[in-house]
Amino acid sequence: MTNAADNTASSSALPDERGHFGKYGGRFVSETLMAPLDELNAAYQKYMCDPEFQAELDRDLAHFVGRPSPLYFAERWSSMIGGARIYLKREDLNHTGAHKINNTVGQALLARRMGKTRIIAETGAGQHGVASATVAARMGVECVVYMGAEDIERQAINVYRMRLLGATVVSVESGSRTLKDALNEAMRDWVTNIDNTFYIIGTVAGPHPYPAMVRDFQAIIGRETRQQILAMEGRLPDALVACVGGGSNAIGLFHPFIEDNEVAIYGVEAGGDGVETGRHAAPLCAGSPGVLHGNRTYLMEDRDGQIIETHSISAGLDYPGVGPEHAWLKDSGRATYVAIKDSEAMSAFHSLTRTEGIMPALETSHALAYAEKLAAGMDKEQIIVVNLSGRGDKDVNTVAALEGIKL
Amino acid sequence: MSRIEVRFAELKSQNRKALIPFVTAGDPQPDVTVPLLHAMVAAGADLLELGVPFSDPMADGPVIQAACERALSHHVSLHQVLDMVREFRQQDTTTPVILMGYLNPVEVWGYTEFASAAAAAGVDGILTVDLPPEEATDFSAAMKAVDIDSIFLLAPTSDESRMRKVSEIASGFIYYVSFKGVTGASHLDVSSVSSKLNELRKYTDLPVGVGFGIRDGESAAQVARIADAVIVGSVLVSQLAALADQPDRIPSTLAATVSELRAAIDKTS
Repeated sequence: MTNAADNTASSSALPDERGHFGKYGGRFVSETLMAPLDELNAAYQKYMCDPEFQAELDRDLAHFVGRPSPLYFAERWSSMIGGARIYLKREDLNHTGAHKINNTVGQALLARRMGKTRIIAETGAGQHGVASATVAARMGVECVVYMGAEDIERQAINVYRMRLLGATVVSVESGSRTLKDALNEAMRDWVTNIDNTFYIIGTVAGPHPYPAMVRDFQAIIGRETRQQILAMEGRLPDALVACVGGGSNAIGLFHPFIEDNEVAIYGVEAGGDGVETGRHAAPLCAGSPGVLHGNRTYLMEDRDGQIIETHSISAGLDYPGVGPEHAWLKDSGRATYVAIKDSEAMSAFHSLTRTEGIMPALETSHALAYAEKLAAGMDKEQIIVVNLSGRGDKDVNTVAALEGIKL
Repeated sequence: MSRIEVRFAELKSQNRKALIPFVTAGDPQPDVTVPLLHAMVAAGADLLELGVPFSDPMADGPVIQAACERALSHHVSLHQVLDMVREFRQQDTTTPVILMGYLNPVEVWGYTEFASAAAAAGVDGILTVDLPPEEATDFSAAMKAVDIDSIFLLAPTSDESRMRKVSEIASGFIYYVSFKGVTGASHLDVSSVSSKLNELRKYTDLPVGVGFGIRDGESAAQVARIADAVIVGSVLVSQLAALADQPDRIPSTLAATVSELRAAIDKTS
């Protein structure tokens, strides 16, 4: 279902050759990393147009990841809400349980062609860490995953999965001990070991070419969705909804629809205790532009330009920045970004689990909570597609703890 | 001529090499910094590098990360750093001061507004480690307009085209990072640094300073033989960290280390 021609057709003109989405994106790193990033970009540009690379990627996506993922009509949940018909793009059914594997499979193929023998990654919820450890195990190469100490506590199951896969999980104790600090630490490892190491960034942020490259590997989500909804409903959806931390599952779904102006696009950030409380992780809703982690984008920052701590029930959304393409989509008005509170996400988690027998990740539950609100104001002829970006098994301990249950 | 140019010209005429110590502003507490800067100048520092605390110092090792955290716990940010430079300038009008940090605090302030405030405070140069020349056009223009030098990094991974690019935009001096890694690590390989500096001198007449991995008099002397300036950071910051609960002892202790480094460097000339 994928091929080189599809990839070319779905790429918009952005970013420019230096990685800019309007004023966002770019490459803000120390000098030592400039040449390795040039090398990575050259390899990525070359292999994205290489039919052999694309054929191998397609085979891996079909037989290792299990694509295409289903587009499922959540009939009971839709009628319970009583508005638009809601379809779920089932990225939770991918191997390893989330959309993250689409990207790690692609970057692993690049790493092998570039002759790199060591893989490093950062992870928040642990899904990208598991997906990186998985491809490293399959390649037979060393894998080191950096994870904030706080996230290691709340995502213990994924930490153990990574260790079972042979990866070394390094606990990051600096700063806020979450995803942003894990990213700092992975960058420090990369700058020290660039000769043999490939850094698999898990989201559509970081220095060019990562935002474009990760998007292109994730855009399979939107390309499949487009074909599936046309086959099932004979038309495009009225709205797309996806959660946004760094924003990779969201860009993956949105990107192939960006030129379809009749399709409304909603990105859902982590509202934490509520945007008005300041305890949240919603830079697009309540942040301002700045430079962090290699790109210019919306950030949670104070007036001195220091990055401020974020809060979210979901480790995967607990990040003070966001991919630069989202910053551009926000400013251009093409996409709308909203925030969903912890409590609303929890309620959607239970609601989908009980009505459809699908237990979503807490990250995904933010998208579901907004879809509920949106659907309620739409009519039965209208269609919403939600990216069901990951499964909730990893969050069972967190959910139980919130209910006062010790497993 | 800028203070940086004057200083390097003086050193050259004396056939001496520059010693540039680095400390993070406000570490471990704000009132230590200005006396410490004066003490280091008295002990033989030629230029000063003052670190601007940042919450996410991606290019720094654990020693300077911890320094940033100590300074930030006292809310020392770019505005306070300029206050310290202004205070330093009341007594010292000749020693060049270079701010070293990350782009975001400057980005949020606004390049032009920051540049005029920094120039008024007495800043001579600025090095933003996460701002490569490709993204620096507006930034460097704003600094140039107020005669602040934009210092850029080169590294072992920089090829000929990058050396050219940096040479075109840089002023003051060029900072060569001696190895692939973060600050505070120790992989200094003087012969590979030497061959890279020889190559670099084909593209620039600016002085070249070498930093990262200089831990003692011996490594400082080795670098002084091949470079125009020796930049020492993590060693000083480690000593400072060990005295965080006895801040009165910090200026004299670090000054003693600066004197040792000075003596080792001067032996080479």
